[in-house]
Amino acid sequence: MTPLLIAQIALTLLVFVALLHSAAAMVWVERRLAALLQQRRGPTRVGWQGLLQPFADVIKLMFKEELRPKAADAFLFALAPIISATCAFAAFAVVPFGGTTTLLGLLPEGLRLQVADVNVAILVIFAISSMSVYGIVLAGWSSNSKYSLLGGLRSSAQMISYELSYGMALASVLLVATSAASAVPVDSMSLTGIVDGQAGTWAYVVPRWFVFIQPIGFLIFMTAGIAETNRAPFDFPEAEQELVAGYHTEYSSMSFAMFFLAEYVNMVTVSAVATDLFLGGWHGPFLPASLGWIWFLLKVAALLFFYVWMRWTLPRYRYDQLMRFGWKILLPVSVINLLVTAAGVLYFG
Amino acid sequence: MMFYLFAAVAVVASLLVIAQRNPIYSVLLLIASFGALSGLYVLLEAPFVAVIQIIVYAGAIMVLFLFVVMLLNAPHEETDFDERTHPLLRPGAMRLGGLLAVALVMELVWALANAADPGRFGVERVISVAAIGKMLFTEYAFAFEVTSVLILVAMVGAVVLARKEEMR
Repeated sequence: MTPLLIAQIALTLLVFVALLHSAAAMVWVERRLAALLQQRRGPTRVGWQGLLQPFADVIKLMFKEELRPKAADAFLFALAPIISATCAFAAFAVVPFGGTTTLLGLLPEGLRLQVADVNVAILVIFAISSMSVYGIVLAGWSSNSKYSLLGGLRSSAQMISYELSYGMALASVLLVATSAASAVPVDSMSLTGIVDGQAGTWAYVVPRWFVFIQPIGFLIFMTAGIAETNRAPFDFPEAEQELVAGYHTEYSSMSFAMFFLAEYVNMVTVSAVATDLFLGGWHGPFLPASLGWIWFLLKVAALLFFYVWMRWTLPRYRYDQLMRFGWKILLPVSVINLLVTAAGVLYFG
Repeated sequence: MMFYLFAAVAVVASLLVIAQRNPIYSVLLLIASFGALSGLYVLLEAPFVAVIQIIVYAGAIMVLFLFVVMLLNAPHEETDFDERTHPLLRPGAMRLGGLLAVALVMELVWALANAADPGRFGVERVISVAAIGKMLFTEYAFAFEVTSVLILVAMVGAVVLARKEEMR
C-alpha cells in the first residue's frame, strides 16, 4: 500500500461520511430556515440551537418498527430504498471539490480532491441520475398502494421529462468549456478540466465563471435539478394533499430514512455539480489554492440555501402545468440555448 | 478476474430474464444484465460506450418497459400451450425463436473467427469522446442521419396511433 493509495481510500471514506453528515445538517438547516421564513423558531431544544435534532430523529427512526404492507412485493420493497440511497451517494464519486494537495508535503505526489477522475464524468452523473428513477418507481409499485403507485408514476414521468433539459444544459456548458472562452480548453468530459477552465478573471474583476457565459444554461440546470431531486415547487411524487406521502407512503423506520437521506444527498450532489460547472468550483479570490475547497463548500452552501428558500417561498405547481412547463417551455429554451451556444463557439472559436 | 465476474452476471441475469414468470423481475434482471455489459465495456477501455449503455438502455428504454409492465399490471405470464411439449414442437413464435437463435449463434461464430482483426477501430478511437463524435459526423454521417430519420418516423407513428380516436 503506497501512501497515495491510503490517502485515496481515506479521502473516499471522508467523502462518504461528509455526505451523510451534510444530509443531517441539511435537515436542521431546512427546519430552522423554514421556521424563520414562517416567523416561527423551529427545533431549538436538542443540543445548542437544536443542532442535535437530526441525530435525535435518526435514533427515533432506528427504534421504530419496520412495517410492510401484506400484499407488498417483499424483495422489491426492500430493494427500492437501497437503490435510491446508492445512486445518491454514487453520483458524488466523480465530483471534484478541490485542486491537488500533498497534505503539507506528507504525500510524495499530489492527491486530487476527488474520489475518481473519470474522463466521461458528466455522462456518469447523468447515467446515475437516470438510474435513481428505479428506486422511486419500484418503491411505488412494490408497496401495492394506490398513493404509492401514483407517486411513483408521477415521479418517473417528471424525471424523464426534465432529464432532457438537464442533459441539454450540460451539453451547452461542455461546448463553452471546449471553446476559447475557457481558460484551459478541454477535450474530454472530465469535471476537473471544466473547473480548471474557469480559473482566473476577466479584466481583473469578473471571475471567469461559466455562469456569466451561460446564464440561461445555469437557470435551466437549476430548474431541472430541482425537478430531478423532487423538491418543491416540483415535489409531486409526494404531494401531501393528494397522495399522502407519495412513493414512500408505506415505508417506515430506516427504509423511510434511506429515502429521506437520498433526497438530501441528491440536493448536495446537484449543488456540487452546479458549482463545478457554472460557479468556478474551488476557484476564488483571497484564499491560497490549497484552501480552494473552502470556496467550494461556501458556493455549495449558497446553492443549498437557495434550494430551501425556493421550497418555502413558491407553492407547488399543478401536475399538468409541470408537464407543460417541462416539455413546451424548458425543453425548447434549452435546445435554442444549445444552438446559440454552438453557433457562438463556432463563430468566436 | 473482473471479466469473469461481469460475464457471469450478464449470462446468469439474461438466462433468468427468460426463466422468470413475473415480468417486473424480468425487466429488472435485464437491467442487471445491461449493467454487467457496461462493466465489460469499461474493462475494454471504452468508458463512453459503457456510460451510454447505462443512459440509453438501462436508464431510458428500460424505464419505459417498466412503465408498461406496471401499467398493464400483468403479474404473471399466461401460457396457452402445454408445458410438457418439446420447445421445437410448440407453435409459431417458438419456431421463430429457434430460427433467431440459430442466426445469433452463426453471427457469434463469425465474430469469434474475425476477432483477431481489430479493423478500423483502434483503441484510441473508442476511448476519446471527441474521436467518436468526429467519426459519427464524417465517416458514418449517412448511417447517423438515416437512424435519426428512422427514430423520427417511429415518433410520428406513435403520435398518429395515439391520436386515432380523436380524428374519427
